[in-house]
Order: sequence, then C-alpha cells, then structure tokens
Amino acid sequence: MNLNKSNHWLFALTMLLLVVIGIGIGVSVGSSGLESLQNAWHDDVAWQIIWQIRLPRTLGAFAAGALLGLAGALAQGLFRNPLADPYLLGSASGATLGVALALAFYGGNQFAPDAFVRVGLTGAAFAGALLAVVLTLLLAKGVQHTMRLLLAGVIVGVVMGAMASLIALMRPDVLQNMQGFLLGSTAFIGWPACLVMVYVLLPCLCLAWFFGFAMDALSLGESTALSLGVPLRAMRIVIVLLVTLATGAAVAQTGLIAFVGLAAPHLVRSIVSVKSGSLALLSALMGGLLLLVADILARSLIAPQELPVGVLTAVLGGSYLLWLMYRNQNQGALK
Amino acid sequence: MARHTGMLYLCFMFCLLSSSYAADTTKPAQRIISLLPSLTETVCALGACNRLVGVDRYSNWPESIAQLPRMGGGIDPNIESIVALKPDLVLMAGSARGGERLKSLGLTVLTLEPKNYADIQIALGVVGKALGVPAKDSDRVWRDINAQVEEISKSVPQYAKAQRVYFEVSPVPFGAGDGSFIGETLQRLGARNILPASMGIFPQVSPEFVVRAQPDIIMVGDSNLSEMQARPGWTNLSAMRTGRVCTFTPKESDVLVRPGPRMVEAARLMSQCLVEKSAAQAKQNP
Repeated sequence: MNLNKSNHWLFALTMLLLVVIGIGIGVSVGSSGLESLQNAWHDDVAWQIIWQIRLPRTLGAFAAGALLGLAGALAQGLFRNPLADPYLLGSASGATLGVALALAFYGGNQFAPDAFVRVGLTGAAFAGALLAVVLTLLLAKGVQHTMRLLLAGVIVGVVMGAMASLIALMRPDVLQNMQGFLLGSTAFIGWPACLVMVYVLLPCLCLAWFFGFAMDALSLGESTALSLGVPLRAMRIVIVLLVTLATGAAVAQTGLIAFVGLAAPHLVRSIVSVKSGSLALLSALMGGLLLLVADILARSLIAPQELPVGVLTAVLGGSYLLWLMYRNQNQGALK
Repeated sequence: MARHTGMLYLCFMFCLLSSSYAADTTKPAQRIISLLPSLTETVCALGACNRLVGVDRYSNWPESIAQLPRMGGGIDPNIESIVALKPDLVLMAGSARGGERLKSLGLTVLTLEPKNYADIQIALGVVGKALGVPAKDSDRVWRDINAQVEEISKSVPQYAKAQRVYFEVSPVPFGAGDGSFIGETLQRLGARNILPASMGIFPQVSPEFVVRAQPDIIMVGDSNLSEMQARPGWTNLSAMRTGRVCTFTPKESDVLVRPGPRMVEAARLMSQCLVEKSAAQAKQNP
C-alpha cells in the first residue's frame, strides 16, 4: 500500500488520530478497568490512578516510543542500512552497564538517600549510554567511516554487555533489578520521567527535520552527497548525537525496549514514500503509536496482572520482521 | 566549626533515619500490602494477617491469604492495583522495583530484605512497630523462634554433627553461604557449610568448587536435582553416589528459603535431613 506524496499528510493525520484514540484507551484501561474513569470525579484514589498513574504512563509510553522510532529512522539513514537499530552504537549495553554499576553501588542499601536513588538509576543509564557512544566514536576514529562505526558499536556493545553481566553475577542481589531493566517496562513512568522524555523529544524532532535534506543527499551515496556540498562530517556528528540523546533518554526511563526503533521506520516506509526529514517525524509518530499500543496490551492482556512491555514489543516486532523477510523472499527481492 | 559540622551531621542523620522509618511515627497500619513472601509471613506471625489487603504472586502462606488479590512480583509490581487498594503501608524488598514510584504517589513504603538472623529480628521489630504491635510482643515472637531453633539444634545427635553441607538455593547454581540465615541455621545445627561467609551471602558457585569441596550432604529442591546430576563430574560426588542428597518439595523449599517466622520449620527439615543422611553414612562405614 504505497500512498502517493500528497497523501502523506493524510497518513500523518490518521496516525495522529490513532494516537489520540490510543491515549484515550490508555487512560481507560488498567487493573481496575473503566471503574476508575467513572469514579474519577468523586473518588480521590480513582482520580490519582487516572491523573498520576495512567496518564503519565500512557503519554510516557508514547514519548519513549517516539524517541526510539526517531532514533531508529536516524540510525538507518546514517548507516544507510535498513537493519540499523538505535541501539547499534552501543548505547543499550552502555545504559545497562550504567544501571548495573549504580545498583551494585547502592543496591540493597536501605539508607541510600531518596534523591540519590531517583537521580541515580536514570542518570547512570544515560551516562552509560553516552559513554558507550563516545567509546564507539573513539574506536571508529570519528564518524567518517560508517562501516567502522558499525563494527565499533557492535564491539563496544558486546564488551559492555559482558561487563554488566559480570557485575550482575558478582552481586546476585542486583540481578532482579537488572532483569527488570533488561525486560523494559512502562509501568513506572511518572510525570517527571514523562516530561524529561518530552523535553528531549521536541528539540530532537526539530533538528531531525532540519537535517533531513542532508540525509536525503547521503542516501544517494557519500561521494554524491559531498559533491552536492553537504557538510557530511558535521551532519554525522549531529545525527550520532541525536540518536544517543533520544535512545539514552528513552532507555533511562523505560529500560530496554526492543524492536520499536527497528520496526517503526520500516512500517512507515512500507506505507508511504517520503523524504528523510518527514520519515524521521513519521517514524517518531509510528514508534510512539507502537509503544502506546504495546503498553495498552501489556496491561490489559492478563489484567489485573501485567506483562513487561519490552517482552511484548520483542514478540510483536520480531514476528513483524520475520513476516517482512518472508514476504520479501516470496517476492524474490530484498527491499 | 567542628560543632557546626557535628550539628550538620546530626541533622543529616535525622533526615536519613526519619525518611527510612517514616512509618514509625504514624498510627498503626490497617490496610497492608506485602510484596515479599517472607514479609507476608512476618505480618501474619505478628497476628495481623487480617490487615493484609493484597500480596505478591509468590506469597502462599498461611492459607488464609489465598483469596487476597495479587499485585505482581518484585520485578513487576502492579502500581495501579496497589494504589487502587488504598493501602496505608506497603512492605517490599529493597531490591524490588517500583518502591520510589509508590512513594512518589504518596504511599508509605517500608523496604526490608532480611538476609540473616539479625535482619529477621530487626524486620520483626520494624514491621511490628508499623503495625502498632507492642515491642514486647514482637520480641516474644522472635524469642520463640530462637528458642525453638535452639531446641531443635540440641536434639541433633552427635553423629549427625560436623557434616559438611552444600545447600543449593537456585540452579545457576547459587548456594547458601555461611553468612545467610540458612547458613546460620546450619551452623546452629552443628553442620559445616562448604561455602564460607567470605564468599558472600548467596554466592554463585562454580560447579568445580563443589566437586573439590566434596560435601558430605547436599540439600536441594527436588526440581533442581536432575539438572544437578547432569553437571560434569557431579555424579561422582560421594554425596551423590551414596545417596546423601536431601531433596525438598516446592512447599518445603519455600519454607527453607524464606527468612521469616517459619525458620523453625526450616531448621526441623534441615535437622531431619542431617540425622537421616548421617545415620545412613554411619551404617555404611561402621
């Protein structure tokens, strides 16, 4: 279903509408079902459930998904590889290592001051993600060689992942928390976490839109891009920064959520053909919608219990990619 | 200057303690949610089982809590269900997730994760205080536990003492170290743990370490046994060859690995194992 160019506004509007509907459903479902919504005006606890739990969580899921979708589109453009993932620069493993270190440092200490705990895990995840990307850049000696960047990212990812596993094995008491982080969850997003993600998302979207022209030039090949006068080096640095910032912000608040970053740009491309700038924005919208839907499913499938949303996105996203590969194989061509 | 520093330190400590034990100053909790089986059991041992309004999915004792709504587990506590039950006290492990989130929603959260006898005594006191149970009553519960474990350890005959024991907690494998409550019970029963306290409370053990240490008796949950036999070299462990392996049913394993009021029952299970397997050994090598 390829819509023509004039129709991508229609597509964007449809998605926006779906997002609004999704947020509506997100506010209505949960362990106590519609009851909380009906009683919200005259029951303090019901109001608290709607306003302080469901709403930030629903909006937070959308923001996290949007950050990952945006980062995915940017990473795929940067690496000119449709299989690129926002975690490719090592940020996921870096964040995991950061969390493992923070947990091992204060894990199980009941007297850790609350503020430290609050800033601790999120900050550690973000710092870890940033450190991993810096290491990747150092290993790859900058951003000029995409292949080297890719390889360095994989290596940094593997090494940091192994270090995180090592810490978890040495300190079995942090294992449970680590596992929680690896599964990814939107269940603990409050207003502060939600706002942090929104504050990161907005400037990232603007910058991605602004640098869209350069990504389009890059898609024609590096030499063509250079001959068109695109400042490749500066542009790569900005994109790497955007990918890191977006991924780091999302991962720090929700843990590792698989496949949203990979699947969102694919889904958008399979429906409309647009330029890079629009692709980034639409991928953000699609990523947000995907995680929003996954979050709603996670809390309603086995209500009143919950599934970790990361498991759900991995199963759904994985099946989707398998289907995509199967379909492409049958058509005899790989897109 | 020094005085100011001292004052600052005092203020800091006060803030720290008051934030950790905020539950102490409020009135006795009436609607309690426990997210850790051992804390659920502690609440019940303090006679406040009827004040529990929700528990985690692993709490299964006493039977009277079977009908209570389940709030998820340590990794995935269901924030919304917890808030919906309007608890005035949430008990959870320090290593569980969501504690901060629950606090930010205005709930009183007490995090406790007993690992040894001293911790369990503190947990009984702290939970007792939050429940409004007089200190002398929570002390009595502790003294009873202690006295009964002591009695069981006295009943262990001499030939069952000084056995070298490996207690496996989970099949990664993690064992119970000397510093854990399981290790302490073993010590009190006169057994010798092959995992010294220096290795940690519940250390991950290399399979080779156990083969080298050649424990006289192995204690393990029955679901882990087949996996244990498949480990290279383990079928040749003398304890395995001579059948000196005690396996516990899942219900018994729950009793053994939960640091709470059922430690007496746990001590009894371990002492039975020690006596039975030592007697078999004595018969084999008179």
